[in-house]
Amino acid sequence: MSVRPNIRPVGHKPPFWRDRAKRALIFQIILVAVVAAFLAYIIHNTQANLNARGITTGFGFLSNTAGFGIVQSLIDYSSQSSYGRTFVVGLINTLLVGGLGVIAASIIGFTVGIARLSPNWLIARLANAYIETFRNIPVLLQIFFWYFAVLRTLPGARDSMAFGEAFFLNVRGLYLPQPLFESGFGLIPATFVVAIIASIALIIWNRRRHEATGKRLPAGLISLVIIFGLPLLVLIATGVPVTWEMPELRGFNFRGGITIIPEFLALWLALSIYTASFIAEIVRSGIQAIPHGQTEAAQALSLPRKLVLRLVVIPQAMRVIIPPLTSQYLNLIKNSSLATAIGYPDLVSVFAGTTLNQTGQAIEVIAMTMAVYLVISLLVSMFMNWFNARVALVER
Amino acid sequence: MLNKKHLVLLASAGSMTLAGIATAQADVLEDTIERGAVQCGVSDGLPGFSAPDGDGNWQGLDVDVCRAVAAAVLGDADAVNYISLNAVERFTALQSGEVDVLSRNTTWTTTRDTTLGLNFAGVNFYDGIGFMVSRDLGLNGAMELDGAAICIQTGTTTELNVADYFRANDMEFDPIVFDTSEQTVGGFQAGRCDVLTSDTSQLAALRIQLDDPEGAVILPEIISKEPLGPVVRQGDDTWFNIVKWSLFAMINAEEYGVTSENAEEMLSSENPDVARLLGQDGNYGEGMGLEADWAYNIISQVGNYAESFERNVGMGSPLEIERGVNALWNAGGFQYAPPIR
Repeated sequence: MSVRPNIRPVGHKPPFWRDRAKRALIFQIILVAVVAAFLAYIIHNTQANLNARGITTGFGFLSNTAGFGIVQSLIDYSSQSSYGRTFVVGLINTLLVGGLGVIAASIIGFTVGIARLSPNWLIARLANAYIETFRNIPVLLQIFFWYFAVLRTLPGARDSMAFGEAFFLNVRGLYLPQPLFESGFGLIPATFVVAIIASIALIIWNRRRHEATGKRLPAGLISLVIIFGLPLLVLIATGVPVTWEMPELRGFNFRGGITIIPEFLALWLALSIYTASFIAEIVRSGIQAIPHGQTEAAQALSLPRKLVLRLVVIPQAMRVIIPPLTSQYLNLIKNSSLATAIGYPDLVSVFAGTTLNQTGQAIEVIAMTMAVYLVISLLVSMFMNWFNARVALVER
Repeated sequence: MLNKKHLVLLASAGSMTLAGIATAQADVLEDTIERGAVQCGVSDGLPGFSAPDGDGNWQGLDVDVCRAVAAAVLGDADAVNYISLNAVERFTALQSGEVDVLSRNTTWTTTRDTTLGLNFAGVNFYDGIGFMVSRDLGLNGAMELDGAAICIQTGTTTELNVADYFRANDMEFDPIVFDTSEQTVGGFQAGRCDVLTSDTSQLAALRIQLDDPEGAVILPEIISKEPLGPVVRQGDDTWFNIVKWSLFAMINAEEYGVTSENAEEMLSSENPDVARLLGQDGNYGEGMGLEADWAYNIISQVGNYAESFERNVGMGSPLEIERGVNALWNAGGFQYAPPIR
């Protein structure tokens, strides 16, 4: 926008090419037309090239039988499933490692970021060492490190490291008992939901009471007790309607129970630890962006240290933290595509790798894969922007 | 490796997007002569089939096909640019024109022949999928593999055929899938999987790369047909013919007893088959735009099929693969080349 004073000769209207706004509009229309024409051209040209080379196109392949196995799938999948289903399996695996990665990276990142500012010399130095180490090593190497240097050196299936008779760790992965729910178990999640609702009510009531009377209960602690204690009580009262399927060494390997494959562990560890080092720096800069006067003012009100951090510093720091944090979440999710380097069956490995190669539909498969990452990224951005708007400073 | 793969995929998707239609019908023979070298896609290191030797020269049965084509077209078997491709990259690289011949133990299947815009130019090795397991397991056959974790290279027909085999026999397995054969072997050695599966010829090649080759055995079952051979793009019949007949020339040379050693003196052979093959009677390269001595160049510089086989994968090589079904048709095998006439 121009800041020049808009002086116009009064009287007859100037021709449209002299009008700044109209000129801008015309240029924009031309630009859009050129881009559209370019897109139409390359789409047509691609189609023509593919036809000329006798390459079949279209999305019909998605309903064909895939015919290959996938080692980890959270939904039913067999080699008789369709290529469309391999897409979904890969997508879910990507979301799993991305989602769990975001959670772990946030927890580690916030802890390390706050520890970095600790008055305790040792803790601050350790946090610093963590950040400088993991931030400066490429994430692919870290994935290789966890996969090849750490998890590959675990013992074989027959010499597994056993923790009790229930947990086993070997080069094939981590084996956990799987809960099998009997009838009557439905009560426990129901209690859990009730407990959560009760806690929320308690927290709201506590806040109102605090505002009205100045008195407060340790609502957080009480909520924790309710959320975990109530379902536990019900569990015991109903006679524990759960049996555990234990992993057992049969044939080549452990069967039964839940298996967490080492490819997942390596990718998850590497992504979380790597991204956490960036998040830690973001958290540190966010906290340091809050003028020390805020802390002093809060302390002058004789608020305890913990509350100063929780009620005064962190809420303000969040406004600084959230925008760069969004980028880190996006990076983590996109970096999960490095899975293909160690054979974790994520979207890129299963769909843009195997499916592409078995069907040869390069353009369709790559387009779908890119679209998925674009949509995931946009959704994360949207959510974080919404969250940012919520915590943003309300100016009065 | 990873970045390269993505680059290849992107570059080829991009080139298909932007390349003009005219270049799609490019004349590969003309381009090759102008360039002075054949662009040949090979595997990323499979001893016996295509792997660089100690001096960095590519060697192997598949490499010899590249060399034969270069000898036929340019008269110099060394005029080859080798581009190593993994299983995922190979077809896109060929489709997009990065390579003109793919000679990379590739199985001839319907889908690949009919929907990818490719043509298979013959079979230089008849193979089948087998299983390699650790000797310690004491297994006798593939039917004892129920529940095993199996290391497979991604994007191969092996991935499909193993799934079929286990389903047909009502057995289960965990597919552990890697991009390169090197990673696959690594997974097998580290005990990530119980079984390494691939074409039996590849298993033989991979076995000698193990730290302890004696500790691994290849099970007797062969569970599929894997005819391996060179591949070209569709739409350039002249080039298709050149690759096809370069391979046929090597097989015919074995049948007629022409070798790299005796090719010179065979030029004066009375045998009409040999005379036609070596360009002494008529010019059978003319239809392909080649000189009359095209086959002579192949045989004198690369050798006939038997020589190539023995040198690279046969009993004279570390792989020690028997001729078996890869013997000539008149010696109990499948190898059969149409006559030069």
